[in-house]
Amino acid sequence: MKKIFIHLLLFVIAILTLFPFFWMISASFMQDGHASVFPPRFIPDEFTLTQYQKLFERLSITSNFFNSLFLSVLVTVISLTFNSLAGYAFAKYKFSGKEKLFNVLLSSMIIPSQVTMLPLFLMLKSMGFINTYMAIIIPGLANIFGIFLIRQFCLSIPNSLIEAARIDGANDFYIYIKIILPLLTPVLATLAIFTFLGTWNDFLWPLIVLTDDSMYTLPVALSNLMLEHSKDPELMMAGSLITVLPVIIVFLALQKYYIKGIMMGSVKE
Amino acid sequence: MIGNKSGIAFFFLAPALLAIAIFFFIPVIAAFLISFTDFDIYTLGNFSTIRFIGLKNYLELFKDDLFWTALGNTFLFVILAGPLSIFVSLYAAIILNSKIVKLKALFRLSYFMPVVTTLVAVAIVWRFIYHPNFGIVNYFLSLFGISSVDWLGNPDLALPSIVLMAVWKNFGYNMIIFIAGLQNIPEELYEAANIEGANNWQKFKSITIPMLMPTTIFISIITMIGYFQLFAEPYVMTQGGPLNRTLSIVQYMYQEGFRWWNMGYSASIAFVLFFIIFIGTMIQFRVQKYLSSK
Amino acid sequence: MIKKFILVFIISIFFTACNSVHETKNVIRFWAMGSEAENISKIIPVFEKENPDIKIKVQQVPWTAAQEKLITAFASDNMPDMCQLGNTWIPQFVSLNAIEDLSEFINKSNEIKPDKFFKGIWETNIIDNKVYGIPWYVDTRVMFYRKDIFENAGFTQPPKNWDELYNLCRKIKQHNERNESYPIFIPTNEWSNFIIYGLQSGAELLKENNTKGNFSSKGFKEAFSYLIKFHKEKLTPFGMMQVTNVYQAMADGYISIYISGPWNIPEFKNWMKGDLADKWTTAAMPGYRNEYPGLSLAGGSSLVLFRSSKHKKEVWKFIEFLSRPDVQLKFYSTTNNLPSVIKSWENKLLTENVYMKAFYEQLQNVSPMPKIPEWEQIVFSKLQQYAEFAAREKMTVDEALKNLDKDADKILEKRRWLENKKRRKNDR
Repeated sequence: MKKIFIHLLLFVIAILTLFPFFWMISASFMQDGHASVFPPRFIPDEFTLTQYQKLFERLSITSNFFNSLFLSVLVTVISLTFNSLAGYAFAKYKFSGKEKLFNVLLSSMIIPSQVTMLPLFLMLKSMGFINTYMAIIIPGLANIFGIFLIRQFCLSIPNSLIEAARIDGANDFYIYIKIILPLLTPVLATLAIFTFLGTWNDFLWPLIVLTDDSMYTLPVALSNLMLEHSKDPELMMAGSLITVLPVIIVFLALQKYYIKGIMMGSVKE
Repeated sequence: MIGNKSGIAFFFLAPALLAIAIFFFIPVIAAFLISFTDFDIYTLGNFSTIRFIGLKNYLELFKDDLFWTALGNTFLFVILAGPLSIFVSLYAAIILNSKIVKLKALFRLSYFMPVVTTLVAVAIVWRFIYHPNFGIVNYFLSLFGISSVDWLGNPDLALPSIVLMAVWKNFGYNMIIFIAGLQNIPEELYEAANIEGANNWQKFKSITIPMLMPTTIFISIITMIGYFQLFAEPYVMTQGGPLNRTLSIVQYMYQEGFRWWNMGYSASIAFVLFFIIFIGTMIQFRVQKYLSSK
Repeated sequence: MIKKFILVFIISIFFTACNSVHETKNVIRFWAMGSEAENISKIIPVFEKENPDIKIKVQQVPWTAAQEKLITAFASDNMPDMCQLGNTWIPQFVSLNAIEDLSEFINKSNEIKPDKFFKGIWETNIIDNKVYGIPWYVDTRVMFYRKDIFENAGFTQPPKNWDELYNLCRKIKQHNERNESYPIFIPTNEWSNFIIYGLQSGAELLKENNTKGNFSSKGFKEAFSYLIKFHKEKLTPFGMMQVTNVYQAMADGYISIYISGPWNIPEFKNWMKGDLADKWTTAAMPGYRNEYPGLSLAGGSSLVLFRSSKHKKEVWKFIEFLSRPDVQLKFYSTTNNLPSVIKSWENKLLTENVYMKAFYEQLQNVSPMPKIPEWEQIVFSKLQQYAEFAAREKMTVDEALKNLDKDADKILEKRRWLENKKRRKNDR
C-alpha cells in the first residue's frame, strides 16, 4: 500500500516537472493561433512544421544556434585547459603564499558576477571586443569553481605516481599531459558539462555585449523574439524547443558526470 | 608534494590567474571606484564630465523608492522561493531515497530536467502556461469551477507565480545534493534507533535532520546567492511589472546601467547586492558554527 | 593536446578579428530597424544602379532593443555610416557628439528643403539651430475605433473634444454593461497618451531650459487627471497585461478605441476580416476644447549621418535618394510607413486610402517633445510608473505628479550642472 502511494506521488511530481516540456513540444507543432484557445489543446490537431520553417527561414535562427554552439564549445575547451593547469598546480606544487592565494580565490567566489559587468563592459569596449565572440570568451577563460573542483580531485592522485614518472626523467608538462590529464577525465567531463551548459544558458552578459542579431546567442535571440512576437505562442515554443534541445541531449549523454559534479561541489573542505 | 618548483607552478597557474585577475579582480575594484562617480551618458560622450561624488550614489539609493521596491521584491522572492525550494527538494530526496522505490534513476532524471534547461526558454513557456485566457493553469482551475486568474498581471500574484516557476526550475539541483547527504548518513544510526523502538518521525527528527544540517546550510547559501541574482524570469515574463512588483535588484541595475547609462548609480546598486549576499552568507556560516559547536 | 587548444584559441581570435574588419571602399553601412531593414533592401538596387560606385550594406537592428544596441555600438566605436533613428532618440546621440550637423548639406541640396516636409516633424530634428536628421518616414498617433459600437451608442461622428470623448465612453460602457468590455484602451505602460493630452492642454512639460520637471503644472495636471478618470471609472483596462493582443481585443469588441500609430493598420486589417472589415476606421485626435484636430506626437524616424563615417558625401546622396517622392511612395507601399515628404501624399495610393485621411489631417498638427537625452528615461521609467500608480489608485494624481517631478529633477541633475558650467564659461 505504502509502496503504491509513494510511486503514485513520485509519478505526479514527474508529471508536474515534465508537463511544461510536453506542452512546449506539442504547441511548437501547431498552426498559428492553435495554442491560443480555450480549453487548451494538448496535442496539435493538425501537425505542422510551419513554426520551424519560420524560425529558420525568416528569423535566421541558424546563425544564433551556431553562435551558441561555437561559443559554448570554445569556452569549455579553453576554460578546461586553464582550470586544470591551475587546479593541478594548487594541488601538487609547493610555493610560497599558496594557501593564502587559494583562500583569496575561494572567498571571492561570493562576489556576484554582476558587480564586474560595468567595468568589464568598458574594458572590452576599449579593447574593441564589444559585439565580437571575444566578449563572451574573455569572462569565461577561467573560473574559480573549476579550479577548486580540479584541485579537489587532484589531491586524491597519489604523489608516488608523479614521483615515479619524474625518476624516469619525465618533465612536468609531460607528466601533466600523459599522466594527470588521463586521470582527470571524470572531473574534466563534469566540468565540461557544467561550463557548456553555463555558457549555453547564460543570458544577461550576452544580452549586454552582443549588439547584432547575427551575433546573438540563442537565449538572447529568443528573448528578442519574445518581445516582438509575444502573440505567437506556437512560434515561441518552437524557438524554446530549439534552445533547450541541445542542452537536454548533452545532459542525457553526460548526466552521470553532471550529478557527480554537483555532489563533489557540495563536499566542503 | 613534489618539491619546490615555484617556476613551473607559476607557469601552470599563470593563464588562469591572469585571466581572473584582469577580468575579474580589476573590474571589481573598478566598479567600486565607479560607484563613487556620476559616470553617465554624458561621460560616455565626453569623459571630462565625470564627477567624483563621494557617497552620493549610495545616499541616493536610500532615498530611491524604486530601489527599495526592487530590494523588497528580491527579498520577498528569496524568502518565499528559498525555503519552499529547500522543502520540496528535501521531500523529493527523502522519498526518492527510500529503498522501496523502483525506477529511481528515471524519476531523478525527470525531476532534474528543468535544472539544465535554458532559463529564458522555460520562462517563455511558463508565461504561456500562466496566460489569463488560454493558459493551462487556469484551465485546470476551471475544471474545479474557479474562474480565470490573471497570474502575471495581478500585482499580488505576479511574484508568487514567478516563485513557483523558480522552485520548479531549481528544486532538482538541491534534491541531488540532499540525496548525497542522505546517503552519507551511516545506516547504523537508524538500526540503533530501530532497536530502541523509535518511529519514523522520531528517526527523522533526531537523526536525519541533525545529520543533514551541514548539507542544508550549504544548500541555503547557494540557493540564496542564486535567488538574489534573479533577472531572466521577470525580464521575460513581466518586464518588472505590474506596478513594479516583480522588479528585481539585478534588473534595476541592468536598467540603470545599460538602458539609461547611469553607470555610477548602477555600480552602487551592484555593490549593495554584493553586500547583502555577503551578510547573508556570513549569517549562515555563523548559524552553522553555532550548531556544530553544540 | 595543449597545442591543439592553443591553435583553436588562435584561430578563434583570428575569426573574431575578421568579424570586425570593415570594408572601406565606398560601402555604406546602414542600420535600420525591424521590417524597414527587410524592405529597404528591395529599393536599394535602384540606387546602386544609379550610383554604381556606391554599395549599401543594410543591417537589421531589432526595435525592442535598438536603443541599448545603438548606444552600445557607440560605446564600442562600432558605429555604422548612417542609421535610422526614432526622432526622440536624436538628442541622445547629439549629446554623445555622435551625429553630424546636416545644415551645410541642406543648404546645397535641391532635393531636401525644410518646407518639403511636415513642419512639426522637421522640428524634431533641430537642436540648437542645427539640423541633425532628415525625416525618413513619419508617424503620429490617431484614434482607431469601432464604428459599429459608436453607432450603437448613438454616435455617428468621432469625438471632437475631450468632453465628447468622455461622454462617448460612458455611453458605450452603459450600452455594454452585461459583458466585460471597455470603451477605450489607455494603457499606463504607454506614455504616449499622457504626453499627447498634456501637449493638447498646453502644458510645458519641462521648465527652466529643460532642466526641471514641470508635471505638476496646471496644464499637465488637467490632462493627467482626465486620463486617470477613465481608469477610475473602469472605462479602460490598466495595461498590456490584461490585453495581450490589442488587435484581437478590438476584433472581439473588448475595447472600442485605441490611440496608436500607422503601424497598426495592416494588423487591424489582418485581424478584422469579413464582417468586421468595415466596422473600424481611424480619426484624428479630439482636441482640448474647440480646436480640431487636437495636437498629437511628431513621431517617426529620421536618417542620420554619423560623424565617424568616411563616406559622408555618399551617405548624403543616399539620403537625398530616399527623400525623393517616388522613392518615398515605393517605400510606403512595401512597409506602410508614411512618407515624410508632403508631395508624396498627393498620390492616389494615399488619397484613396480611407485610413490615411486621419493621418494626413493629424500630421498638420503635431508637436515635438522636449529634445533632451534624458527625456526617454523620464517618460519610460517614471511617467509610466506613476501613471500606473495613479490609475490603480495607489497614489492621488497630485502625489503622483509631485513624485514624477521629483524624479525628473533627479534625472536632470547632471543637465543642470552642465548648463551652469556652460553659462559660467560664456560669462567669462
